[in-house]
Amino acid sequence: MKVLVTVAEVAEVEDKFEVSDDEIAEQYLTYDLNEWDDYAVEEAVQLSEEEEDVEVITATIGPERSEETIRMTLAKGADRAVRVWDEAIESADYLDINSKADLLAAVVEEENPDLVLSGVQSGDKANGATGVSLAQKIGFEWGAVVNKLELDVDGGVATVHRELEGGVEEVTDIETPAVLTIQSGINEPRYASLRGIRQAQRKPLDVQTLEDISLDADVVESPLAQTSMYKPESESDTTMWTGSPEDEAAQLADLLRNKGVVDA
Amino acid sequence: MSDVLIVTEHRRGELRDVSFEMISAGRELADETGGKLHAAVISGDVDTFADQVNRDGVDAIHTISDGEEFNHDIYTQALEQLANELDTSYVLIPHSVNGLDYAPAVAEALSLPLVTDAVAHSFDGTLEVTREQYGGKVETTIEVEADRAALTIRPAEWPQADGMGEADISTFDAAIDESAIRSTVTGFEEAAGGDVDISEADVLVSIGRGIEEEENLPLIEALVEATDATLSSSRPVVDNGWLPANRQVGQSGKVVTPDVYIAIGISGAVQHVAGMKGADTIIAINTDANAPIYDLADYGIEDDLFDVVPALIEEFGGSVPDM
Ligand SMILES: Cc1cc2nc3c(=O)[nH]c(=O)nc-3n(C[C@H](O)[C@H](O)[C@H](O)COP(=O)(O)OP(=O)(O)OC[C@H]3O[C@@H](n4cnc5c(N)ncnc54)[C@H](O)[C@@H]3O)c2cc1C
Ligand SMILES: Nc1ncnc2c1ncn2[C@@H]1O[C@H](COP(=O)(O)O)[C@@H](O)[C@H]1O
Repeated sequence: MKVLVTVAEVAEVEDKFEVSDDEIAEQYLTYDLNEWDDYAVEEAVQLSEEEEDVEVITATIGPERSEETIRMTLAKGADRAVRVWDEAIESADYLDINSKADLLAAVVEEENPDLVLSGVQSGDKANGATGVSLAQKIGFEWGAVVNKLELDVDGGVATVHRELEGGVEEVTDIETPAVLTIQSGINEPRYASLRGIRQAQRKPLDVQTLEDISLDADVVESPLAQTSMYKPESESDTTMWTGSPEDEAAQLADLLRNKGVVDA
Repeated sequence: MSDVLIVTEHRRGELRDVSFEMISAGRELADETGGKLHAAVISGDVDTFADQVNRDGVDAIHTISDGEEFNHDIYTQALEQLANELDTSYVLIPHSVNGLDYAPAVAEALSLPLVTDAVAHSFDGTLEVTREQYGGKVETTIEVEADRAALTIRPAEWPQADGMGEADISTFDAAIDESAIRSTVTGFEEAAGGDVDISEADVLVSIGRGIEEEENLPLIEALVEATDATLSSSRPVVDNGWLPANRQVGQSGKVVTPDVYIAIGISGAVQHVAGMKGADTIIAINTDANAPIYDLADYGIEDDLFDVVPALIEEFGGSVPDM
C-alpha cells in the first residue's frame, strides 16, 4: 500500500515585523513544518508500522529551502519525498488553491497512492481547502477534519471521526482510495531520533519540474491576485498595564479584587 | 447582473446560526452586484428549514430534499446542478467544518476560483475579498479577476439576518447519482465529558502554547489555586495531552462566558476566539503586541508569562512552585 502525505512548509512571523510593499520581508519570517501536516505524517508512519508493506511518500510544493523541512518528515519515518518546483512556480504571482491542487494531482497521478493524507489547513495561508480540492480533481473520495482514523485495507473503507464544532464528532465510512485532511491532536507526533535524522540523509528526495509531471506553465496562472497586505487595525482599545512584572501583577490583582471575583 | 447563491447549514435537525449570517453576507454582495439572493437548503426537513431561512433579504429559496444529515457527495452534486441551473455568479458557503468538507469540491466541479475564510467582501465591477493570514497577524485583499467565484464565509463575522422574508420557496429536483455517494455517516459522538464544566466558571485562567512544556503547567495551576479560578486552555495544550479535552475553549471545544477570562500565552486564533469572545472582561498576558488576542482584550500585559505569573501568585499569597 502507498500512502502519500502532502506536506507544506509554512512561514511564521516574528513578534516584531513590518509590512512593506504588501509583503512581509524575509527577515521577519521563520519556516517550519506545518503543524497539521506533522500530524498527517505521524498518522501515515503509524499506518506503515501497523500494516505490512506500506510506503509513505511526502509531496511538497516548495523552494529548495523547504528541503530541511522535508528531511524532517523523512527523519520521522516517511520513506521518500517528492518536491515540485521550478522557475514558473517560483515566478507565479499568486499560487492559488486550484494551482496547488493541480500540481499535487499530477504527483498523485505519477505515484498512484491508495490513500492521501493532508492537513486541515496550512498555518500561514489557512485556506483549509487544498486536500478536498485535490480529491475532487483526482476522483478520490474524501473526508475533512479527521481526528480519528481506522483503515480497513482489504475492505477498502476508512472509518473516520470528523471533528465538528462544539465537541461533536461525526462518524463516517469513506471508501478508499481517499484524501483525508488530518486535524491536530489525532495522534502524538514523534520527534525525529538521531538515527532517523542520519537515515533521512540517504532517503530519496526527488525534485520535479512542471515538465517532469507533464504540466504546462499556465497551471500556475490564477484569476486571483493579492493586491494588498496590512496589519489589521485593532478594534478594541486595550488598557495595557506596564511596569515591572510585580507592578503589572499588582494592577491585575487590583482589578480582580475590585470586581470582587477573588478574595485573596 | 450577478446573482448570489448562499448555502445554509443544519445539524441533527437544527439550522445553525451561520445560516442566518450567510443571508447577511450574501445580501450585502447581491446589493452591490445588483443581483438576486438565492438560498439553498439541502437534506433533512427542508420545508421547515426553508420557512426558517425565509428572512429579510432572501429572494428565493431552493429546497433539495435528498439525504438526511450532511453528506458532501450529495451537497456537491446538488450545488453543481443548482448553480448551473440558476446561472449564479457567486456561490457562498460557510467556512464551517462541513463547509471545509464540500466548498472546495463545489468550486472544482463548477470550475470557479475559490477564496476561503472571507472576513469582508466588496464589489465594484470586480470582487475583492479580505482574508487573514499568519494566524490573524495580517489581512490581505484578494482581487477576483473573473466574473464568477466561490467564497467561504467566516462564521460570526456578519450579523444574523432577522425579519420575515418574502422569498419564493421552490423545490429543486437534483439528479443525484447514488453510485457517486462513497461516504456514509453512521453516527455522532460527543467528545469531552468529564469532571469539570469550564462553561460554568466565573473566572477562567486559560493557558496556551506559550507554556512551552508540560513541566511548566504547575505554575499555572498554582495561580488557579491562589485565585480560586478554574483552569482552561487553548487547543495545542489539549492536543499535546497536557490537559483533558473538557478544558479546551473554542470552536471545537467549549464556549465560555465567564466574568473574567485571563488568556496566558494564547495568540487569539479565530477558532479560539469563537469560544471566549463573550467573556465579560478579557485580560491577555502575551509577549507579542501583535497577537490578535489584543484585538479583543480589555486589559493586557505585554510581558513574559514566566515573570508575570509568579508575581501574580505572590500577589494572591500563593506559593510559587519550584521549576
Ligand atoms: C477546524 C479547527 C478547529 C480548531 N478549534 C480550536 C479550538 O476549539 N480551540 C483553540 O484554542 N484552537 C482551535 N484551533 C487551533 C487554532 O487555529 C490555533 O492553532 C490555536 O488556537 C493556537 O493556540 P495558542 O494560541 O495556544 O498557540 P499559538 O498560536 O502558538 O500562540 C502562542 C502565544 O503565546 C505567546 N507566548 C509565547 N511565549 C510566551 C511567554 N513566555 N509569555 C507570554 N506569551 C508567550 C506567543 O506570543 C503566542 O501569541 C482549531 C483549528 C482548526 C483548523
Ligand atoms: N505548498 C504545499 N505543498 C504541499 N502541500 C501543501 C502545500 N500547501 C498546502 N498543502 C497541503 O494542503 C493542506 C491544507 O493547506 P491550505 O489549503 O493551504 O490551508 C496542508 O496541510 C498541506 O497538507
